[in-house]
Amino acid sequence: MTLPKVVRGRAWKFGDNIDTDQIIPAKYAIYSLDEKELGKHAMEGVPARDTWASQVTQGDILVGGSNFGCGSSREIAPVAIRGAGVSLVIADSFARIFFRNAINMGYPILQSPQAAEAIEEGDELEVDLEQGVIRNMSKGDEYRAEAFPKFMNDLLRMGGLVPWVRKQLEERRRRGAAVPR
Amino acid sequence: MTVAMTMTEKILARGAGRESVRPGDLVLANVDFAMGHDLTIPPAGKIMREQMGAEKIWDPDRVAVTQDHFQPAKDAASATLGRLTREFSHDMGIKWYFEVGQGGICHTVLPENGLVLPGELVVGADSHSCTYGALNNFATGIGSTDLACVFALGELWFRVPETLKFVYHNRLREWVEAKDLILYVIGQIGVDGARSKAMEHTGEALRHIDMEARLTMTNMAIEAGAKNGIMEFDDVTKQYLDGRAKRPYQPVSSDPDAEYEKVFEFDAEKVELGVAKPMSPDNYAPLSEVAGTKLDQVFIGSCTNSRITDLRRAAAVLANRKVASGVRLIITPSSHQVAIQAEKEGLIGTFLAAGAAWTTATCGACLGGHMGVLGEGEVCLSTTNRNFPGRMGHPKAQVYLSNPAVAAASAVTGVISHPSEVLEKMPAEIR
Repeated sequence: MTLPKVVRGRAWKFGDNIDTDQIIPAKYAIYSLDEKELGKHAMEGVPARDTWASQVTQGDILVGGSNFGCGSSREIAPVAIRGAGVSLVIADSFARIFFRNAINMGYPILQSPQAAEAIEEGDELEVDLEQGVIRNMSKGDEYRAEAFPKFMNDLLRMGGLVPWVRKQLEERRRRGAAVPR
Repeated sequence: MTVAMTMTEKILARGAGRESVRPGDLVLANVDFAMGHDLTIPPAGKIMREQMGAEKIWDPDRVAVTQDHFQPAKDAASATLGRLTREFSHDMGIKWYFEVGQGGICHTVLPENGLVLPGELVVGADSHSCTYGALNNFATGIGSTDLACVFALGELWFRVPETLKFVYHNRLREWVEAKDLILYVIGQIGVDGARSKAMEHTGEALRHIDMEARLTMTNMAIEAGAKNGIMEFDDVTKQYLDGRAKRPYQPVSSDPDAEYEKVFEFDAEKVELGVAKPMSPDNYAPLSEVAGTKLDQVFIGSCTNSRITDLRRAAAVLANRKVASGVRLIITPSSHQVAIQAEKEGLIGTFLAAGAAWTTATCGACLGGHMGVLGEGEVCLSTTNRNFPGRMGHPKAQVYLSNPAVAAASAVTGVISHPSEVLEKMPAEIR
């Protein structure tokens, strides 16, 4: 699965330091292998957002504040958000494990303090993932996202760490190297 | 000319097979040891085998797996995760598999078995994997796709972090523990104060605390958003590893002229007993500010503060005393070895006589799993590491974080209390 070029959707706005136990409370970790079930409970731990997942329309965009996804390393955090139907997460900044989990899954995320501050709940967004440009159709604004290092971009574009590892394994096999090393 | 580097940079450079690295570099580095548990092994195993197409793991002698988060199984779905974890470990021939009743919480089990060593590059599919850095290694939390990549290839991508240096002058005062110090530091810099960076801890105060106290400090690096927490190698490290280390190791030290993004200096002697108030680990307050807060539950457990030295201090407070009416005290040792030692020293008898619930070693209540999940509006004082909304159960439960002596004393009084209200003096040999 490769990345779409342009994503359009309606914004859902969240605050700073939304941690993984709010994104998907640990009790739902029993559904670790079931993305759809996780999606039903996405953001349920955020105060006053316990029915959020049922209001999401496929393709909506989640906009978080600073340090989004802090806390646990459980990959079910980005998996639950994707499972809820969210096409893209934009934040002022991401906590590192959430950040790498999203990249490894080939799930699009963008870091843009400007966008995180200006976008309001319900705004219609059009995001050019290749250019890193976020257009706010409701406000007529445009924001730039920070560019990622090349390797991370390459991972995102090829669909994450899975295809990358497959390629590495193929190369090792071709070289006749013992697999694993 | 050689480039001056921090410990973290040196370990990542060695792992990447490079002379040197700089903060911001993206490297592919060989991993020396990897860990996963009952919540992260099932997805990692599935991704590795079904999606990546790998059949074997790169080195089964360099992997540990624990059954700790929802085990002994809290429900049928957790039993399935436990079974998948067990079967994967068996199929892959993982050498360091720890069954229920024989291991405990990963971040206690790996150090106590000498599996994570100085100079090494360690990854764990759990955010508190940063704990191991007290043993002079680079250790960081990763996701399940990451772990699958490590299993398949033995290597992983890393962004070399900037290093923040934390210098602790003088010594901690009586009653004040490593937990108080790290809660204070996180209160100062915030839950994203070290986001994606290395926290290098040094200074006189650390030379006077034991390895278990050091592990408490590096454990909470992630609570400041850090990639890793790391400490120097010294006599305390060496003595802890003598007779434990399962492999030869090579300690690493930062060059005197290594570059730090920022240096923080603290006078350890001025740090008071403290807590993190609800709903964030950086919501620091001196104990005096919250003293008297009424409690429903006290929890002594977790990878942060439930090793044998923690339990000794709790037992000193609880000896010949009773848990206050209206409060429940739950004590969960962080490993089976800790439980065996507690039994030998008579600590379990002390806890049971005081009216505490003593459980098997598990993460349990810390992440709202089982054996101590909080209900709506309940107030808990906990020796754990995280108190975001819903962490230990209901989103409207209130969790305060403290050291074990404060927790034990507060269980006796029923309200948040200074341990000196209950115990005149902490015996010097267990401080």
